[in-house]
Amino acid sequence: MNINNIKKQFPIFNNKVHNNDLVYLDSANSSQKPQMVVDRIYDFYTKEFSNVGRSVHYLAVAATNLYENTRTMMQKYINAKDPNEIVFTKGATEAINLVANTFGQKFLREGDEILLTELEHHSNYVPWHYLRKLKGVKINFAEINNDGEITLESIEKSITPKTKMIAITHLSNVTGAILPIKEITSLAHSKNIPILIDGCQGAPHLKLDMQDIDCDFYAISCHKMYGPTGLGVLYAKKKWLDTLPPYQGGGGMIREVKKEGISFGDLPNKYEAGTMATAQVIAFGESIKFLNQIGIENIEKHESELTKYGEEVLRKNNSVKLVGNPKNKGSVLSFTLDGIHAHDIATILDEDGVAIRAGHHCCQILHDKLGLSATARASLGVYNTKDDLDKLNESINKCKKIFDR
Amino acid sequence: MDLKELYQEIILEHGKNPKNLGKFENFNKDAKGNNPLCGDKVHIYLKTDENKKISDIKFEGEGCAITMASTSIMTELMKEKSETEVKELIDDFLNMIKENSELKSKNINEDDKIKLMSLSGVKKYPMRVKCATLPWHTLISAMSNKPGEVNTEKEE
Repeated sequence: MNINNIKKQFPIFNNKVHNNDLVYLDSANSSQKPQMVVDRIYDFYTKEFSNVGRSVHYLAVAATNLYENTRTMMQKYINAKDPNEIVFTKGATEAINLVANTFGQKFLREGDEILLTELEHHSNYVPWHYLRKLKGVKINFAEINNDGEITLESIEKSITPKTKMIAITHLSNVTGAILPIKEITSLAHSKNIPILIDGCQGAPHLKLDMQDIDCDFYAISCHKMYGPTGLGVLYAKKKWLDTLPPYQGGGGMIREVKKEGISFGDLPNKYEAGTMATAQVIAFGESIKFLNQIGIENIEKHESELTKYGEEVLRKNNSVKLVGNPKNKGSVLSFTLDGIHAHDIATILDEDGVAIRAGHHCCQILHDKLGLSATARASLGVYNTKDDLDKLNESINKCKKIFDR
Repeated sequence: MDLKELYQEIILEHGKNPKNLGKFENFNKDAKGNNPLCGDKVHIYLKTDENKKISDIKFEGEGCAITMASTSIMTELMKEKSETEVKELIDDFLNMIKENSELKSKNINEDDKIKLMSLSGVKKYPMRVKCATLPWHTLISAMSNKPGEVNTEKEE
């Protein structure tokens, strides 16, 4: 695969940042968008726009078909059994809230336990936290090891007879640890516990096969997959979507509405109340096409080589300390510099056009555990090159020059 | 060039070796400040005497060079200042950072003005303004002994 050709598809790289070429190392936060995705939004609004699933006129029928086409594309992309197992949400956050809320309502009682890990992003902790007050449930955290990994053993140790749900990340947005989700799912199921995977960092980088992983729920953030903002996907096994109550009420999700009662619509409409992010869904179809054109296996290989290169370069730099050392690592390089706070690093790097993230990356539990108030994080996407990582390293050296003078 | 304005030597020096870092036993006022998106935290301790003059001030905290330097410089300046002078200085500093105005206070000497002006480099970095202002908002809260934590995301 030719990275230059891929990078050319992303119009953002035609712009300069502080008179420098953009070195975008913040894809774990959000990825840039290829031209085909941007164009699709424009084309939909200029030539094809209509609301979906309601009217019978020409545009409405065409828009509905386009919208449903993305659902089928996504089903195939993650190898779900049924297109109705794909629910569009406003983001991965809403996808997790949907599960926490509806599963909590129906199945959780006082004293029940939910098992998370210390690696979780706030979006896979806060939605469950509400159930502490509402239902009196307890939240446990499986502990990381010294390398910043969550092992199968760590999960096994933390499961109790009261564990009613396991919700874990696929790939840590801080340490980069890739969790053995297939093994953890099989362990969970052997104890009759359903499992939700927060796939925000997994989906853009790893090959996904829902039937093979066999998880009950998988939450996806589309804007991290070269797609539009305001859109997420919840994969859920059909048996759950049939059993759980609706999440939000409104138009489009009902069958019959009477003064004395309401009956709800079939899947997938049951969970898609109100006018959905139509243009985003349709444009997200182009993101899937983009990923398929390159091939997720090729993306995995490219990013894995780059991550190894980045680790090598940063390890050679004596003042850099990498955060976590997982054996199976995704394309995230979190680090600290002796005597320089992450925010100062980010500001200085930005002057060179190097975009990274600094802070706790919505993982305060993990940062407390690591005893760090903030870390700097470079994260990779399909458009990154070794040159980007060399530039990162040069700019890091500039931080030292500024602070040591 | 802007970076050199932001990270002036005074800032780096105060950032690396902050003055008045720590806690003392007989404080009578205190407040915590938190910059939740960055993780910057300061906890300011005050001792005010019967004339409402600050007789001692120290802080605990962690954060970027800007936050640490701003807190360090602020605590140096506030010692032995009366309540009215403190309020005037805080207003003066916040106006300088946020509204781009000159420092007007007559209660500080030229050296102090230079120290305060060294923080003006953040004006070109909108995302970093709250790093410089966090301790000042926290001091307001400590002076009024308001319960709760100063949170830079809740500023009006």
